Amino acid sequence: MNKIFEVPLYAYERTPDQDASIPVRHKVIVIGAGPIGLATAIDLAQQGVEVVVLDDNDKVSFGSRAICFSQRTLDIADRLGAGRPMMEKGVLWNAGKVYFDERQVYEFDLQPDTGYANPAFINLQQYYFEKALVDRVRELQAEGASLEIRGRNKVEAIGTHNSHVTLEVETPEGPYNIEADWLIACDGANSSTRRMLGLDFEGRVFEDNFLIADVVMEADFPTERWFWFDPPFNRGQSALLHKQPDNVWRIDLQLGWDIDKEREQKPENVIPRLKAMLGEDVKFDLEWVSIYTFQCRRMDRFRHGRVLFAGDSAHQVSPFGARGANSGMQDADNLCWKLKLVIDGKAPEILLDSYNRERVQAADENIRMSTRSTDFITPKSDMSRQFRDAILDLSEHFEFARPLVNSGRLSTPCTYEGSSLSSADALNGPDITRPGAACPDAPLGDDFLLPKLAGKFTLLTIDADAPERIEEDGIEATRLALSVKDDLTLELKRRYLGDADSAVYLIRPDQHVAARRDTFEENAFRQAIRRATGKE
Amino acid sequence: MADLILTPNLDNGDDFYAELLTAHDGLNKSESEALNARLILVLANHIGNADVLAQALKAAALKNG
Repeated sequence: MNKIFEVPLYAYERTPDQDASIPVRHKVIVIGAGPIGLATAIDLAQQGVEVVVLDDNDKVSFGSRAICFSQRTLDIADRLGAGRPMMEKGVLWNAGKVYFDERQVYEFDLQPDTGYANPAFINLQQYYFEKALVDRVRELQAEGASLEIRGRNKVEAIGTHNSHVTLEVETPEGPYNIEADWLIACDGANSSTRRMLGLDFEGRVFEDNFLIADVVMEADFPTERWFWFDPPFNRGQSALLHKQPDNVWRIDLQLGWDIDKEREQKPENVIPRLKAMLGEDVKFDLEWVSIYTFQCRRMDRFRHGRVLFAGDSAHQVSPFGARGANSGMQDADNLCWKLKLVIDGKAPEILLDSYNRERVQAADENIRMSTRSTDFITPKSDMSRQFRDAILDLSEHFEFARPLVNSGRLSTPCTYEGSSLSSADALNGPDITRPGAACPDAPLGDDFLLPKLAGKFTLLTIDADAPERIEEDGIEATRLALSVKDDLTLELKRRYLGDADSAVYLIRPDQHVAARRDTFEENAFRQAIRRATGKE
Repeated sequence: MADLILTPNLDNGDDFYAELLTAHDGLNKSESEALNARLILVLANHIGNADVLAQALKAAALKNG
């Protein structure tokens, strides 16, 4: 049987654009059909924006690559209509073990937080994640959406203008030209869009190599995350074992800097390493092997006129903490509603600069978090190793040291602190729902809160009065009226009211809080809508 | 903001100093360094307060004020 990543899911097909005498102008062109490009295209198509995705390949990603998808990503995938197959296929895990030298220093069981539709994270190969998105694209196409994926369409040149972008695209049948009002570059860490436009990508290189191996084995290992610091089978380095669907296990082995990459990737060298780790008698097949180095860096700006960068093309982080694909999904989430309003003439173009500001802030947070994990996993000085080892030794004996062990911090959505789109906090409410924060989910009987907030401005009232809808300069906000009585678990109260008796929230289409106060005051909320759409 | 205590505060300073040296008896340099690192972490956790710890880092670096 062919693996899913060996089957062309969007094979090359000739399009009328290739025979047009004048280049055809599209509303939005997305470069790259990876997770972020597909999510962007779906988000725009769901809002009725015409979009074409160009990809130089015709298959989903080769090898597992990104494997850990966070709650926020699953919430966004739900909004895009693609969350269910991911949840059905993904592996749920809560437990893990940490090893240091020859011994287990502790194990943990993350008690799952209750009151959320989605778990804190699932493990799923990137190719399944992309497959779910491609399936959703096909579904939208069947419903008549103006949405295309063009496989083996490689962008060779880009011309930028005030009102549009021109592209020269190479195909198996030769080149053609097209144009777009807006271009979104989701073409990954080695973005050729970035290169063609001569844009910077500054940051820190980590002098280290990691061997990733996906092995298929019928092993009775439990579904846990195992992390080794300085194990006997990989002295002075780290190792990670993680379960994926289909009995595929992800193994990450740190190799250090001065290695022969070609040699280390050969099965005859990989297999003995894995046997030393898994045990001589464990039977396994290698599905995919890759060696990677990584950098933590970002572009200075994610918006360059009519060209917007999202995902790894804009920022690159170390893999520890699963902040690559997960942060890219939040880029798409942040960008698409803004672009839709600008395209419709309902918001000024400067609204798109808030995409840059908010997501740069998020990228900096992700780079900081993943750099800290990297510094723990691969200490850069004797003293750094000394403290790292001290924490690991202490963690075996004392609970206090365990939270200091940093083998990757779980990706959580960035709160857009101080965003120009947010209004001053006017509710004595919980911190987690302050302006700029991504709305946490909450149970509502058999249902959940987040699906009710999707894709539009919402006036969420909790035990407060407000009109059913208000419209301010073409932007409509519709009311979602709730009461603390709607949630007997009291999570709604805990997450949205705290000590307050009532609350009114203005929630953006990407489910981030724009404003909140204890009661509805028309002028304040009209002003909040203006702010949230770049008009103040 | 909580203040770091920089005036004498130990129950018995001479006793503590003697115990500190005893703890390092028989250790080689790297074992002693490891012990010190663990001790710093244990004490830091006990203090907990971020302001106090920031002041302590400054004081240890002999930076006044």
